[in-house]
Amino acid sequence: MVGKPESSNGTAKSGSNQTGSSPPSALPLNLKSDLFSSLSFKTLKLKTKQQELLLRVSILCLIYILAFITRLFSVLRYESMIHEFDPYFNYRTTLFLTQKGFYEFWNWFDSESWYPLGRIIGGTLYPGLMVTAAIIYWVLRFLRFAVHIREVCVLTAPFFASNTTLVAYFFGKEIWDSGAGLVAAALIAICPGYISRSVAGSYDNEGVAIFALLFTFYLFVKAVNTGSLAWALASAFGYFYMVSAWGGYVFIINLIPLYVLVLLITGRYSMRLYVAYNCMYVLGMLLAMQIRFVGFQHVQSGEHMAAMGVFFLIQVFYFLDWVRYLLSDTKLFQAFLRITVTTAVGVGAIALGVGTASGYISPWTGRFYSLLDPTYAKDHIPIIASVSEHQPTAWSSFMFDFHILLFLFPAGLYFCFKRLSDATIFIVMYGLTSMYFAGVMVRLILVATPAVCLISAIAVSATIKNLTQLVRTKSKVPQSGSSKGSGSSKGSSKATVDQSQPFQRNGAIALLLGAFYLLSKYATHCTWVTSEAYSSPSIVLAARGAHGNRVIFDDYREAYFWLRQNTPPDAKVMSWWDYGYQITAMGNRTVIVDNNTWNNTHIATVGRAMSSYEHEAIEIMRSLDVDYVLVVFGGVTGYSSDDINKFLWMVRIGGGVFPVIKEPDYLVNGEYRVDKGAAPKMLNCLMYKLCYYRFGELTTEYGKPPGYDRARGVEIGNKDIKLEYLEEAFTTSNWIVRIYKVKPPNNRW
Amino acid sequence: MARSTSKDAQALFQSLRSAYAATPTNLKIIDLYVVFAVLTAAIQIVYMAIVGSFPFNSFLSGVLSCIGTAVLAVCLRIQVNKDNKEFKDLPPERAFADFVLCNLVLHLVIMNFLG
Repeated sequence: MVGKPESSNGTAKSGSNQTGSSPPSALPLNLKSDLFSSLSFKTLKLKTKQQELLLRVSILCLIYILAFITRLFSVLRYESMIHEFDPYFNYRTTLFLTQKGFYEFWNWFDSESWYPLGRIIGGTLYPGLMVTAAIIYWVLRFLRFAVHIREVCVLTAPFFASNTTLVAYFFGKEIWDSGAGLVAAALIAICPGYISRSVAGSYDNEGVAIFALLFTFYLFVKAVNTGSLAWALASAFGYFYMVSAWGGYVFIINLIPLYVLVLLITGRYSMRLYVAYNCMYVLGMLLAMQIRFVGFQHVQSGEHMAAMGVFFLIQVFYFLDWVRYLLSDTKLFQAFLRITVTTAVGVGAIALGVGTASGYISPWTGRFYSLLDPTYAKDHIPIIASVSEHQPTAWSSFMFDFHILLFLFPAGLYFCFKRLSDATIFIVMYGLTSMYFAGVMVRLILVATPAVCLISAIAVSATIKNLTQLVRTKSKVPQSGSSKGSGSSKGSSKATVDQSQPFQRNGAIALLLGAFYLLSKYATHCTWVTSEAYSSPSIVLAARGAHGNRVIFDDYREAYFWLRQNTPPDAKVMSWWDYGYQITAMGNRTVIVDNNTWNNTHIATVGRAMSSYEHEAIEIMRSLDVDYVLVVFGGVTGYSSDDINKFLWMVRIGGGVFPVIKEPDYLVNGEYRVDKGAAPKMLNCLMYKLCYYRFGELTTEYGKPPGYDRARGVEIGNKDIKLEYLEEAFTTSNWIVRIYKVKPPNNRW
Repeated sequence: MARSTSKDAQALFQSLRSAYAATPTNLKIIDLYVVFAVLTAAIQIVYMAIVGSFPFNSFLSGVLSCIGTAVLAVCLRIQVNKDNKEFKDLPPERAFADFVLCNLVLHLVIMNFLG
């Protein structure tokens, strides 16, 4: 190995191959690093080991940068802004945290949302994201970088995505080898399933949480492999960070016990596992209890009971193991085993039964049920079913988000099963369970992405390594007879056996080229998806004009600024809950309901007001002190996710609590229409009136009658709308947001 | 039947005792520590059953402190036991340092949680 610092075949890539691990030679960015490193090798005359290290580090650096810059499309296309709905709440709370300090933040009672109830913000949110952004902000300020907190928030998700690639590298190294780690890092850096939640501006919990999730898993696997308390402690801290960042931590606290259980059942129980799991569970649970939103759930809710059960089970298991070790007599041990197992099972069953019956252990929540049974939410919880990201996943979106990884995933599983170890069992279980959840809900593709990337990376790395070994040993055999390393000598002996197959080398080269082609396709697909689909802020809309030019609709911000400037500071705005966070964050006005859908009745009240006749709705609005009503309307621009298209959900959610609202009243023969054939109640309910007020006078498209709704492609049915208790206050330039003022009651004489 | 089981139990107990007598002293000390921690936890649980669990965080931190100590001590016992081949290359000093670190974290968190 030492004898050939610069081997005769010259290129740096094959130089690094001598130790047996091949870098992901098919990725385009390697070409750059190869060029760079081959230059430096010639001049610096490094040893092979050092060459490999240098290559690896430079590839990782490039991946780190790539993961960051590929998420900046949205900033370049639009501007540095916060996206969508939830991020606005996170932004608002981060702003509060940086201005008022941690204690104020922790004790914050927010009277601006959920009027008249208010919301205890400090106790009902996962503070990890905000605290992370605030710490980054304070560190930058300390280093005398005068950044605005918004820039920090916008770039938090890409920054953590970059960190995730590093974790993926180390994880891949732990479960397979460093080559697989590099491929995993490269795959996850640009995988659309992850990019969808971590583009610049998507300042949401998930951006940080996926990093925390993978980090916890990595540390846990490391702890299981080494059996060291320090690694287990580290994974407990990783878990703590995850709990503080996202409600998806429940996945960890169920997957890890499941993994332990599988190891126990398959007879792979080891002392290392005992050390890792117990330390991680006890410390992780205690740390998680410090987050107020999670509180005592670890000992009280049914979702966390699996972990506790496995904790006790592993104690019993250890105890039995120890007794067996003490006792030499097997017959005695059998008797002992019977007694202990009976007692343990009995005590466990009694404890669980008493806990559940007395209501001490809360039953599983609806969200948990809807994960296990995809049809549960549709029947029982309309508010979960109404969110588009909670729908079951279509095949096309799997293909869209994973591309070739979808095919590499089973191949990687095959390699994992071929080389079964504690670590590969973990990644296989993580991959399979998260794939199931990804099938149940669209948004959970995000959780599956790291596992899919890692398993696919194993497939890619193992395949390419085998192929390059074939190609290289053939060429090596004539020039160097002496074996160089254990891996290489094994390869050459295999090659002499395989001498009989004449086209093997050509076949290997062809397959390598094929792999290169597929991976470069993956890279282009990812870039295309990122730029086209996942980089739109959804608060600023872009469309193609009649001449192919880009038209920007900035109506949301226009409306929220109008609210901020033209309404009294204590005005209460009623809108559907989707816009609640944005109104409080950008408009700085009090809202009735917002995206934290904690009170179903309150939301149902708003839904009822929107779907009643105006004279009924005014009663509800007066009882809620509503001053302004805000609706989103896409009939002029053809923007399809507006309130008319969401209206049936308002009816359903309202009808779920108030049986006076009946869905069939708004449908004609089971069909939802807004034109002349629409149901009479539909044509006169508040939402219809507010959306289509004065719309009958407007010609939206050339050659169509006035009042032509472009989002639904019909002429509206009620063009003569009179408002009795409300008056139009503001309509944005493209009519996307319309704001109405509630009139004061009439004089009695 | 009843007599035979009781005899079995007696034989079991006898052989367990004689086997346990051979364990090294340092492991025995750890065992004593574990038993003490588990007993303390049991006393707290009994107390909770009689008096009630009102400051629930205090009760939890008390019990988890004991259980955590016990579990960590068992981990230490596993790591310093010479018979465990899995931990051959882990020096006992390192194991003890890890143990102290984990305990430090455990009790700092518990102090925060005690209320």
